[in-house]
Amino acid sequence: MESSRRHFLTIAGLAALGLGAKPVLNALASGSAGEFTGGVDAFKLKPNDKALKAKQWAMVIDTRKIKQASDLEPMIAACNKIHNIPTFEDKRHEIKWIWEDEYHNVFPTAENKFLNDRVEHIPFLVLCNHCENPPCVRACPTKATFKREVDGIVMMDFHRCIGCRFCMAACPYGSRSFNFTDPRPFIKEVNKEFPTRMKGVVEKCDFCAERIDVGQLPACVEASNGILTFGDLYDPKSNVRELLKSNFTIRRKQSLGTEPCVYYIV
Amino acid sequence: MLELALKGSKKYFGWIIALLVLVGIGFGFYLHQLDYGLGITGMSRDVSWGFYIAQFTFLVGVAAGGVMVVTPYYLHDYKAFGRVTILGEFLAIAAITMCLLFILADLGQPMRMFNVLLYPTPTSVLFWDMIVLNGYLFLNIVIGWNVLEAERNNVHYPMWLKPLIYLSIPWAVGIHTVTAFLYCGLPGRGFWLTAILAPRFLASAFAAGPSLLILLCLFIRKFTKFDPGKEQIQSLAKIVAYAICLNVFFFLCEVFVVFYSQIPEHMLHLKYLFMGLHGKASLVPWMWTSMILMVLGIILLVNPATRKNENILALACVTVFVGTWIDKGLGMISGGFVPSPMEHVTEYAPTPPELMITLGVYGAGFLVLTILYKMAISVKEEVRS
Repeated sequence: MESSRRHFLTIAGLAALGLGAKPVLNALASGSAGEFTGGVDAFKLKPNDKALKAKQWAMVIDTRKIKQASDLEPMIAACNKIHNIPTFEDKRHEIKWIWEDEYHNVFPTAENKFLNDRVEHIPFLVLCNHCENPPCVRACPTKATFKREVDGIVMMDFHRCIGCRFCMAACPYGSRSFNFTDPRPFIKEVNKEFPTRMKGVVEKCDFCAERIDVGQLPACVEASNGILTFGDLYDPKSNVRELLKSNFTIRRKQSLGTEPCVYYIV
Repeated sequence: MLELALKGSKKYFGWIIALLVLVGIGFGFYLHQLDYGLGITGMSRDVSWGFYIAQFTFLVGVAAGGVMVVTPYYLHDYKAFGRVTILGEFLAIAAITMCLLFILADLGQPMRMFNVLLYPTPTSVLFWDMIVLNGYLFLNIVIGWNVLEAERNNVHYPMWLKPLIYLSIPWAVGIHTVTAFLYCGLPGRGFWLTAILAPRFLASAFAAGPSLLILLCLFIRKFTKFDPGKEQIQSLAKIVAYAICLNVFFFLCEVFVVFYSQIPEHMLHLKYLFMGLHGKASLVPWMWTSMILMVLGIILLVNPATRKNENILALACVTVFVGTWIDKGLGMISGGFVPSPMEHVTEYAPTPPELMITLGVYGAGFLVLTILYKMAISVKEEVRS
């Protein structure tokens, strides 16, 4: 009698747990995003006739045209402005999508002791490489970061990200930033066309997917004064391919097999 | 059986209350973290994993170490360990509980954690880690509980338990292997990018887990009527001796490969940890302390005269436990992030709130451990009298 009652209670308890779990699971999983389903599908919702198309977007940075930091400022400023990038005093909490650094930090595995004077002194532009074989996408446990099938852009779903930061450990380029606190109070002027982020999620450059989808070039490319060229890596007639054919280019940490899609003419 | 944990001396309840207070304080700080974000920790854009993930990694090892009492008993029919297997299994439960809490504490958006189940991603090692950790927790709860209940009722444990027990052995190896795979499969992190990482993790686990178990056994003998046994403690000591030797050996293999090949991406991390880089060297004294402690542990444990003296053995276990803790709970994670992929040296140190949350999780783990051990020991005392 005693044992059968206990048995019943166990079964009843487990059943209650099972029934209770489903709504809890749903509520927990959706987080603060409410009804938003997120993920790859969210970006398939609005096909736009004007959208630019490519098999794999790529960028060529012509560093020969860079003389000083002020040449890069308009590109960085344009990106920061449209993407609601906050400005933090504390360097540890910085959010960076596109920024500048020195040659030996950008190419630590291709460093010559005695460098060409120009290369040694000009600032280099860095951003997400939108790798063809991205380690961050492999590492993400929720597919919150994913490679968009149509054009190979490595994107982030800010509403799905759980903030585990596995992608940050996986990225060999330091291209990812984490919102260590609520970024909204630190945004100078909010652009209502683009979502602001919340604390606890990872973000990075999205190659301006939102602009490409309405037929515009990435903001940095538009502001680059010819320093940046953007196009389809797999279209032999694209402007990017023309540049790659006529110039010797390097990529960051090529030996890792990530196949970065940002090329540098040095 | 849980009622056994509700009866106890004043000291026992004093300890429980002390732990509850610790958990409460930690939880208070956690609420602050939940509100403000992970910015209250010492982590940064460059060092994006810190103390929480390091403790998690170390404690997965402690949990896996429990298998070192299970294997000899169930696979090699080493009867003496029958008396202490339950202690190993219950230690594993407490350690895994802490691991899961540390992961939770480390998430930027903990409310969304079930996204890992809703969007299962087999390419992510974190997905597999979630499966193996929860699986190991489940196995140990089922096995530990049923074996203890059978012992209490003076019957043999149910036969359906046997396959689960056998499964738990490779599973223990699995949890730490998968945890090592979190790190060693990442292309741009030279410090972790080594096939010896999983074996190294296991060796340090089989040193840290059983050395803590020995300390717990000595404590239990002193303060309760249950004696885990001299032979049992000595056998565990030999296991710790082998494991700590292997751990140091594996580490030296790593040092050879890194410094003989002289490949900078691999060398810079070890240089940072043991010599400092660009004038930044906050972990250097810690790392050397860890090395000295582990070597001291080897000397005290390999030498039979010192190993057989239980006072010295206790000291040896403390040195091994602290040595492996510094190695894994302090150096292993920060070391992988410094220098950063762009070769900037950003140092990391945990902040006071971060330490309080960490202490709170340890408090919760020891609370689970205390309650489980109280049950186990009460049953043992009951059976014996």
